[in-house]
Amino acid sequence: MYSIIEEAVVHALTRANIHLPPDVKNALKKAYKTEDSEVARVQIEAILRNLELAEELNRPICQDTGLIVYYVRMGYDFGVRIDVIERALINATRRATAEIPLRPNTVDPLTGENPGDNTGRNSPIIHWEFMKGDSLEIVVVPKGGGSEYVTVLEMIPPGLGLGGVKRVVIDAVLEAGAKPCPPTIVGVGLGGGVDTAVYLAKKAACIRRLDTMNPNPTLARLEDELYSELNSLGIGPQGLGGRTTVLGVHIDYSHRHPASYPVAVVFQCWAARRATVLVGRDGSSTIIQ
Amino acid sequence: MSEYHLKTPIEEEEVRRLRIGDIVYLSGTIVTARDAAHRRILEYYRQGKPIPIDLRGGVIYHCGPVVLKKDDEWTVVAAGPTTSARMELYEAFVIEKFGTRMIIGKGGMGMRTTEACRRYGAVYTVFTGGAAVLAARAIKRVLRVEWLDLGIPEALWVLEVEEFGPLLVVIDSTGRNLIERVISRARKRRDELIRSLSMESR
Repeated sequence: MYSIIEEAVVHALTRANIHLPPDVKNALKKAYKTEDSEVARVQIEAILRNLELAEELNRPICQDTGLIVYYVRMGYDFGVRIDVIERALINATRRATAEIPLRPNTVDPLTGENPGDNTGRNSPIIHWEFMKGDSLEIVVVPKGGGSEYVTVLEMIPPGLGLGGVKRVVIDAVLEAGAKPCPPTIVGVGLGGGVDTAVYLAKKAACIRRLDTMNPNPTLARLEDELYSELNSLGIGPQGLGGRTTVLGVHIDYSHRHPASYPVAVVFQCWAARRATVLVGRDGSSTIIQ
Repeated sequence: MSEYHLKTPIEEEEVRRLRIGDIVYLSGTIVTARDAAHRRILEYYRQGKPIPIDLRGGVIYHCGPVVLKKDDEWTVVAAGPTTSARMELYEAFVIEKFGTRMIIGKGGMGMRTTEACRRYGAVYTVFTGGAAVLAARAIKRVLRVEWLDLGIPEALWVLEVEEFGPLLVVIDSTGRNLIERVISRARKRRDELIRSLSMESR
């Protein structure tokens, strides 16, 4: 099972880095039709041309192949030891870095030393969740540094409610400006502790598909309103002006302490790369995007 | 919005002709430099040590490429721009002291760089962020690499390019800054939105 998982994860990283998921591609194509300024159209044209070239030449879409994040959901009855899966993820990271190749991005914050294989202390980033059933699901996300740079975490007075949340998101997008490679996907995490707020925001930005609806009607409405309001800022593709500043707004939430209301905003760039590995207990594996 | 095809080294009058919104395709030599390389350029200048590249009339590209080494030869696999804001600390100094005529990056730069472009005759242009394969395809050869001890992304990669672009002029030599304009309009719109939010909650 070890080698099945390692192999599948290397394939998923290859797939994710070279092919953008169909929902993101469609959103970019739609943006091209929506834009009427020449400057914005030139940017989206370059983006779409780049996607074709990456697939044609088998190369990573973006040179910033990111810090690698794994969102693992393991069935209670999957029946493989967690340390085996962990080892497969770390080795898959090393192999993918050399084979695709990926840019070696992990740097020791104290010494500046780069081990050269995208591993290190707490790297790659692995999140574990558990579920009913006997399968294993791993979403791989190469997360770029430019979009991470503009992350916001704010503790708002709880009395401000959803109006306060909106203000934080609008300001985060304005302050981010051209830096996170717009059009972006904006992930928002409400409530929880500060750690869960950031975790949910990043997960919402990076792994939820653009063509999905929020199951909570209040949040679905808030997402729609923010989507129009953020695009009305006119920041546009690459911050050069235009109608498409965000491709989507994804919100998730947790229960919070009565005295605190964390709001986290995490961005994913237009090159919203991801792929999912599904492994069955029988050792069958598939990759979907 | 005009289109220009320029060759390096770039003359001051060529750069002075460019206006925000113009598109440039560039041929010749460009050098990548990110945070660590800029820091070292300044350090060397202050210590009176020569740097291993000639930036007069030259072009700096904010980029940390993905590269492959085969039989002692480097090829660039992917090479889109990195966020330029981090280089705001250094770039005005580099333009002044080294005579750089064009900076390529993404995300925009600030007041100090804008002022240096105006005073010394330089422009800041952006290449579409993330369009790394499109960029790599216009890179014909790695001429050499310096300061590789800084790591692959941070080293100075001296690259031969052909029709590298589209590069959009964001800061021209007259003090105009396209991204600044877009953001200041966005800021006004933000104030309207926030005002209507506080009306709703009343």
